[in-house]
Amino acid sequence: MYLASFSFTELLQQIVSGAGAGAVYASLALALVLIYRAMDVANFAQGEMAMFSTYIAYALVGGDFGLLGSKLGFNGVHLDIANAFWIAFAVAVVVSFGIGVLLERVLIRPFEGAPLLTLVIVTLGLFAVVNGLAGFNWGYVFKTFCCAFPQSAVNLGGVSFNYTDLGIIAVTVLILAAMAVFFRFTKLGLAMRAASLYPESSRLVGVRTSWMLALGWGLSAAVGAVSGIMVAPVVFLDPNMMQSVLLFAFAAAVLGGIESPIGAVVGALLIGILLALVGTYLPGGENLRTPFALLIIVAVLLVRPAGLLGRPETRRV
Amino acid sequence: MAPPESSNGHGLLELREVHASYGPIRALHGISLGVPNGAVVALLGANGAGKTTTLRAVSGMVRTVGSVRFDGRDITNSKPEDVARLGIAHVPSGRGTMTQLTVWENLQMGAYVRRDRGGVRKDFDRVAGYFPWMGERRGQVAVTLSGGEQQMLAIGRALMMRPRLLLLDEPSLGLAPLIVRQIFEIIATINREEKLSTLIVEQNANLALKIASRAYVLEVGRIVLEGTGAELLRHESVRKSYLGD
Repeated sequence: MYLASFSFTELLQQIVSGAGAGAVYASLALALVLIYRAMDVANFAQGEMAMFSTYIAYALVGGDFGLLGSKLGFNGVHLDIANAFWIAFAVAVVVSFGIGVLLERVLIRPFEGAPLLTLVIVTLGLFAVVNGLAGFNWGYVFKTFCCAFPQSAVNLGGVSFNYTDLGIIAVTVLILAAMAVFFRFTKLGLAMRAASLYPESSRLVGVRTSWMLALGWGLSAAVGAVSGIMVAPVVFLDPNMMQSVLLFAFAAAVLGGIESPIGAVVGALLIGILLALVGTYLPGGENLRTPFALLIIVAVLLVRPAGLLGRPETRRV
Repeated sequence: MAPPESSNGHGLLELREVHASYGPIRALHGISLGVPNGAVVALLGANGAGKTTTLRAVSGMVRTVGSVRFDGRDITNSKPEDVARLGIAHVPSGRGTMTQLTVWENLQMGAYVRRDRGGVRKDFDRVAGYFPWMGERRGQVAVTLSGGEQQMLAIGRALMMRPRLLLLDEPSLGLAPLIVRQIFEIIATINREEKLSTLIVEQNANLALKIASRAYVLEVGRIVLEGTGAELLRHESVRKSYLGD
């Protein structure tokens, strides 16, 4: 019966909507890769940081600053202008950058040179703290945060596609392109790459490597924020909204190669499409998405630990 | 040996009674040496004598007691990046090549602190003058270079800093004799043409002494001998220990 209901149009739509979801995973996966390349640690708090960034954008648009706002009496203050969503988006991304830098200075810096496990535990602690803070301030209820893109569809060659899916894909492509330009063509981007790969040589030419790491955290928080703000209108906003996204982003980063930014994006799109197909075409597939993501992580780590686009020999020399 | 008289006074780099240790292991036991302005100074010694540690003490890469002065300024235990910003270019042992970056990117990293774009361009031409292959192969990823080319690239990167003092840690390490000779000729040329003060650490005493105006011999963390390059070349124990006579 499942095959009987198959239509090519639906398949195409599922692929595009899967790629849209994948684009959300891509930004978060990119954020994970940025920090992993800089310090060899998976930042388990990445999703929660993105969630918090999303609340910042949400508060700017709707004026709901939660408990803090009601105590200090500035709830209701919001961006009352055209394109408020996108201005809030930009402000939240910039603020997130600052928060990322600050987190590195305050939380990570004291552990410079500590065993990796210590750092992993610190990010787990950060996960719990950020989640708790958001819950404390805004409560664990779903909020609507609307909308990045028109809530309608466009008809292309007889198949209709959501503006939301197409828009998220476009934003992700733009972010990736901006990152590529930054790391490849700017002096600061070059220095950040060098500092993460060759910390000692970099210091010997005058690079303040410790600040490069803080910048990495800032960039990563900013890119992660994009992911949260893009997904919130689709899934509703709540303090736990990024947890499944984080798992899918991990799957994407591992699949693409945890050290490869392009790999992370390719992996994320593949995961998004695969999960959409699993959800649509497998009986009960909607509930199989999370186990399926875990299966991909395990399978990749077993068969090709470096991932699709990672190079096994790119380890530090 | 008496404490070296030569290091009193107007050297560009002055080490006075420098002790250094890695955790509980002491690597330097109070060494004093100096690099006069514009000179090439060689630091000789066997493996584990403390040569590399001496350079690391200058660059702030090892805990140090004593005094390290650069151009009259106390830089003891400064951070490596701050030492670099003062104008000390340190080419570490094993070259510190940024292997995944291209030749051009490696050289750009040398110019990281500089803001004068025009000057950086000019210095690239200057470096490519010493090492002509770099001009044609600037897009090549450094990991694909030979060992000798990587050493030249490391020196080129140091020159891009427009340093006032060059620290070279065993530039001959792992290289064929012909390549080593080439590299030493270039080091001598650079010193001659630019009056770039250079402190060079070497096991290959013969070549180092030929280009050095002054040299020190280290043994287990102490300076046991010093003199002009020519003096040490003739010195009996140096010939026995380091020149294979």
